[in-house]
Amino acid sequence: MTNNEVPKSGFAEAGADLELVGITKRFPGFTAIEELDLTIPAGSFFALLGPSGCGKTTTLRLIAGLEEPTAGRILIGGKDVTATKAYQRPVNTVFQSYALFPHMTILQNVAFGLKRRGITNADALAHEALQLVELDHVAGRKPTQLSGGQQQRVALARAVVNRPALLLLDEPLGALDLKLRRQMQVELKDIQSEVGLTFLHVTHDQEEAMTMADTVAVMNKGRIEQMGPPQELYELPHTAFVAKFLGQSNLFTGDVVSTSSRTLVIDAAGSKIEVPTARAQRHNGRITVGVRPEKVTLHDAAPVADSGRNVIGPGRITDVSFSGVSTQYEVTVPHVGAITVFAQNTSISTLHHDGDTVWLSWAIDHAFGLADEADAEPVSRFHADLDTSMIAVQSRKDLEAELEEA
Amino acid sequence: MAFTAFAGTATAVAEPAPRRRSPIALLLLLPGIFYLILFFVTPLISLVITSLQAPDPLIFGQYVNAFNWQNYVAVLEQYWPQAIRSAGYAALATLFALLIGFPLAYFIGITLRPFPLLQSLALVLVIAPFFISFLLRTLAWKQIFSVEGPVAGILSSLGALPPGVSITGTTFSVVFGLTYNFIPFMVLPIYATLVSLDLRLLEAGNDLYGSPATTFRTVTLPLSAAGVMSGTLLTFIPAAGDYINASREFLGATDTTMIGNVIEANFLVLQNFPAAAALSLILMAFILVLVAAYVKRSGTEDLL
Repeated sequence: MTNNEVPKSGFAEAGADLELVGITKRFPGFTAIEELDLTIPAGSFFALLGPSGCGKTTTLRLIAGLEEPTAGRILIGGKDVTATKAYQRPVNTVFQSYALFPHMTILQNVAFGLKRRGITNADALAHEALQLVELDHVAGRKPTQLSGGQQQRVALARAVVNRPALLLLDEPLGALDLKLRRQMQVELKDIQSEVGLTFLHVTHDQEEAMTMADTVAVMNKGRIEQMGPPQELYELPHTAFVAKFLGQSNLFTGDVVSTSSRTLVIDAAGSKIEVPTARAQRHNGRITVGVRPEKVTLHDAAPVADSGRNVIGPGRITDVSFSGVSTQYEVTVPHVGAITVFAQNTSISTLHHDGDTVWLSWAIDHAFGLADEADAEPVSRFHADLDTSMIAVQSRKDLEAELEEA
Repeated sequence: MAFTAFAGTATAVAEPAPRRRSPIALLLLLPGIFYLILFFVTPLISLVITSLQAPDPLIFGQYVNAFNWQNYVAVLEQYWPQAIRSAGYAALATLFALLIGFPLAYFIGITLRPFPLLQSLALVLVIAPFFISFLLRTLAWKQIFSVEGPVAGILSSLGALPPGVSITGTTFSVVFGLTYNFIPFMVLPIYATLVSLDLRLLEAGNDLYGSPATTFRTVTLPLSAAGVMSGTLLTFIPAAGDYINASREFLGATDTTMIGNVIEANFLVLQNFPAAAALSLILMAFILVLVAAYVKRSGTEDLL
């Protein structure tokens, strides 16, 4: 038995565990991944979330065998595959660019992997996979005759049809418009639970990662900052990066002034902010605490002191943006800085106006303490999206608008 | 079509504006039409008329207009070995040019892609021989292959070639010359298709259990077919009519004569104009039929 063979055995019965041990990848001039350890249990939907350049796509390419690690080992289902080539690994990828073969029909594209493994009823299985993504009626067409969303589904069918132990998704929804994207997210999730494969999804879209994945790993600068179920990551971020990248956060930095068994208090530019000890990563010195914008309540007058709530104020509303379901307020509190508040529009009377003086409060239990300090730069309301795929989407939209005008 | 793939499902493709007949368009076409009539249609008609001429019964060496279609039969009977040899030599040269040109084009277009400077340099090297006259380069090969030349010297010192035996004037030297002279015509179109080949498709091939060899066969080769097609045509057509490499002054001998040499001899030496014209037209028809069959078989009519 040589390990030079293309996997010819039938389909994977179920997904396989993926284990990365001490993976390091250096490119000439920079290190993309540093000492990465990661275990993804079989059958899970795992999302690797991070900004562009954080090393997430490199991680994916290493697992697929399209890049070789500088150091470390990759195990799939307990078997070391580090030394094997891409075509020998029981892994398939849904590429960001789809990478459909332009000279083949949709059916030939989907049957490609099966034929390479010498599976006899390849065409029948390919039709089945196309039915799964509801595209069997275009089986005879060429990829260029399909829309972006259809191509994306073909790319998915082409990978899923092989029933790989591990399916890698490289921002496959990046080029789709919002509506199609939501629809595909649901479909992907359905397919995953239907076929029971291990999915590893790489994305920079935190909402996508949270809606789809069982486990999310937030990656930054070649390392995993925090990993866990989406709710846990959202409610209790461990680092400033996670707090800012996954949703929005109001962060306050100050010295710990008192500690009790249940809570600790920091002094953030004169305002006392309390945080549960169990929800803080560090308990002394200068620390950063935070709270999510939707947890913060606005008050017209100074609220009566409540031992269970943090109160800050007075501050002035500097920006109001109404979005239907909720209203986003920007409140500037002297010495503390800008604080973002999301208020549900449950009644008309709760609407505040630009320039109003308000007080802010939130339940102490909703606060979290971070392991690192927030950067000096303020938390921007919209993080700059400089990912190439997003730029591509933007330019495509511009082009479409231009074409419609013409 | 490219736009329908690019735009989302909802985007309707704009209807092309109805075409208007403009006198300006016709006016702009005039120089081209005039050029074609003057330099292509006129000589072609003249050639057809010449090919049907009969010898003047009164003056020796003069020809008069006639409908002497037997000229065609006569030249075919007389020169069929040269015609077959031409097709054979051209086919061999095309094959060798493809065997050498494809890997070269692949190397420049794909392997050197991360190094744009080297890529440009390699491309310049492919084109560089064009800066020296085709005749001079072919003569240089004659020198290299001559009895006193380095190749014969090395081969005979190794005992592979009896002393005094010439390499020039053989099938080898003629096919070599044709291959050498037409390699750039093979490399450039193949390079043009390979340089725009999306490497992510090769990664997709590897990801879908295709070994490098399988991926080459199923993805790279079909996607560079257009270049191979143009390259083989650009090599085969001029090679079949070539009369430099096979001539005795260059790399050939009497027993390597190709159809081009026969046409040249009939026009310029024997001054048998009808025979030369008939041969030219036969060569043209033969190439047209061959190319049409080739293009049809490859199913790539839209490439030409």
